[in-house]
This record gives sequence, structure tokens and C-alpha cells, in this order.
Amino acid sequence: MTETSSLPFLSVGTAAEAPSQFAGRLRGLSDRAMAWLFIAPTILLLLAINVFPLLWTIELSFTNYRANRPNAPLRWVGFDNYASILSDSDVWYAMQATAHFVVWTITLQVLLGFGLALLINRRFRGHGFWTTVILLPMMLSPAVVGNFWTFLFQPQTGLFNTAIAFVTGSDPSSFQMIGDVGLAPWSIILVDTWMWTPYVMLICLAGLRSIPDDIYEAAEIDRASAWRRFWSITLPMVLPFLMLAVLFRGIENFKMFDMVNLLTSGGPGSTTEVASITLKREAFEKWRTGYSSAFAIILFVTVFGLANIYVKALNKVKQR
Amino acid sequence: MTRFGQVFRRGPWEGAATLVIAAGVIMLMQPFSLAFYGWSFATTLAGTVLFLVASHFPDVPSGGGGDRG
Repeated sequence: MTETSSLPFLSVGTAAEAPSQFAGRLRGLSDRAMAWLFIAPTILLLLAINVFPLLWTIELSFTNYRANRPNAPLRWVGFDNYASILSDSDVWYAMQATAHFVVWTITLQVLLGFGLALLINRRFRGHGFWTTVILLPMMLSPAVVGNFWTFLFQPQTGLFNTAIAFVTGSDPSSFQMIGDVGLAPWSIILVDTWMWTPYVMLICLAGLRSIPDDIYEAAEIDRASAWRRFWSITLPMVLPFLMLAVLFRGIENFKMFDMVNLLTSGGPGSTTEVASITLKREAFEKWRTGYSSAFAIILFVTVFGLANIYVKALNKVKQR
Repeated sequence: MTRFGQVFRRGPWEGAATLVIAAGVIMLMQPFSLAFYGWSFATTLAGTVLFLVASHFPDVPSGGGGDRG
């Protein structure tokens, strides 16, 4: 007799029967039921971490709920939160700050990223090394980037101010990148461009490498100029990749929070207060949870709508 | 080809929805009129819903095969 079977409540027979019964039940299931059985945990997880919070946020957006007063009576306010946000000039200014940030970062990143990709694609000596060096910023955490650019922008000791002073001959402490109303929006644009241009470059590089050489050879035989080859071959064939980059960067920058929060926290005043910073202030400083839920839904619908446009445009370019 | 399939084709309706969404986003971020800003969410939401509905319309009809309406 084995040691296991000597136990009064657990015998070898029982242990062997359990898996065979389970296997028998599984064998009785159809393929469709089996498929549902396997994906059910994933679906449940997605429902719990994605769908449930979204539905809850939608519900809260119609109430006067405040997270710092969970026991206060909850009142249904209908569309009042949405009406308040859409008539609030402070939120309107935040949306304008976001637009300024999104438009300039995407423009600069696309121009610089595409330019760098064209250069790197030439396969000069050591291009692998330079590709790695250029890609380094995007491998860093936005929190790290925000912190060290804060040091670089220090008026007296910052490397950025010292470098600008060296070039222009002015005093390093004569200007403040993150403390000046006029310069602060450009400081966050500069840092985001520095960090994410390599990402656009990488996508453009993938596009450039996907163009078959024989197209260029045929163009050379036809004596097409370099300018003509760029406009008729390179640009149209890289365009789907560029649009993909614009889609990702546009959506990411529309909801940019961490880097701006670390660099300027929305200041000075509310000069760099982009939409997500306003959202954070409403939700966790003023504790207007219902109001901020409505704002979050407005931002969500905007991002969702933009994503639809870009995906449609992307499919069109691909079909061409 | 049913009458539904003739009127509700995916291409033109998706194009219209795209224009409505783009208008909504521009209205949300423009610095000129608070009234436009006020109507931006309704415009974007209408465009997004229209886009979702239009993406279920039948594609460009090809004989009888494209008619799924």
C-alpha cells in the first residue's frame, strides 16, 4: 500500500478519476464551445479592466460624484457636466494649448524624422551606430526625460541655456525655457520632438526599405531626376507609413500627460496646461469626479473619431 | 440591388462621417469662437456614430454580390 492511499480521504483511485472525468466532459464539448472556454478568461479580463471602467466613467459623467466624498448623496445631473465643460473658457484654452502642442510636434517630428530616415537609408559607413544613437531618446522613460530636461533647462547651470548662451553670446540666465510664458510651450514641444522624432524616423525607414530597388532602376533608365524620383516614387510609397506615424503621435500627444506634468506641470500660469493636465487638476485637485469623467469622455470620443479618420485614410493609401 | 443598398453605400457615407468628425475636432481646438467650441463634442460624436454605422453599410456594389443590405 502506498503512502497516499493510506490517507483516509484521498485515495489513488479518486485522484485518477477526477482528471478522466474532466477530460471526458471536455471531449463532449463542440469546437465552438471549446474556443469560448479558452478565450473566456481573456474576455473577462478585458471586460474588467477596459469595458467596466469606461461604462462606469460614462455613468459618473452624468452625476455630481466627488471621489473625496464617497458617502455624499449622488445626484443625477444629466448633461450639466458636459454643458459646463463646453462653455468653460478655461477648458477651451486648454484645448488650444493642446492643439498648439499637437500641431507643432507632429509637423516637426514628421519633417525631421523623414529627413533623418532619408539620410540613414543611404547606408554610409557606421550608419548602424548612428541609427542606434538616434534611437536612444525614445528608449527612455518619459518620466526620466521630463526630469533631466528640467535640469538641462535650469537658467544658471543648465546645459541647454549654456549652449544657447555660447552660440548667441548672451547671458545663460537671461532667459528661462520653462519659466517664461512665451518659451514654456516651445520647451515641451522641443522635448517631445527630441524624444519622439526617432520613432517617426524608424517608421519612415521601414517604409523606405520596403521600396523595391527596381523601381528606382527603371526611373534612372527613364532619366528621371532625383527630385522627380522623390516626388513620384519615394514619397507616395512612404506615405502610408508616414500616416501611421502621424496617427500614433497625434493620438499620443493629444493625451500627453507625464512629460508635460514633470517639465512644467501646466505652468507658468496655465500656459502649458494641455487637456490631460486640466483633467488631472479637475479630478484629483478639485475632486470634481463627475465633471472630470465628462471631460474624459469628450477626449475619448475625440481620439476615437480621429483614429477612425486616420485608419480610413491609411486603408485608402494602401489600396492605391 | 435593393433601394437600401443604392442609397446607403459605405464609401460616400464614411466620407461624410469623416468630414463631420474633422469639423468637430477643428471646432474643439480652434481659438476663434466659443460657440463653435460648445458644439464641437456633439459634432464629433455625431460623426463618430455615423462612421460606425456607415462602416456596416455594403461596400461599392458589384452586380448582385455587393448587395448585403
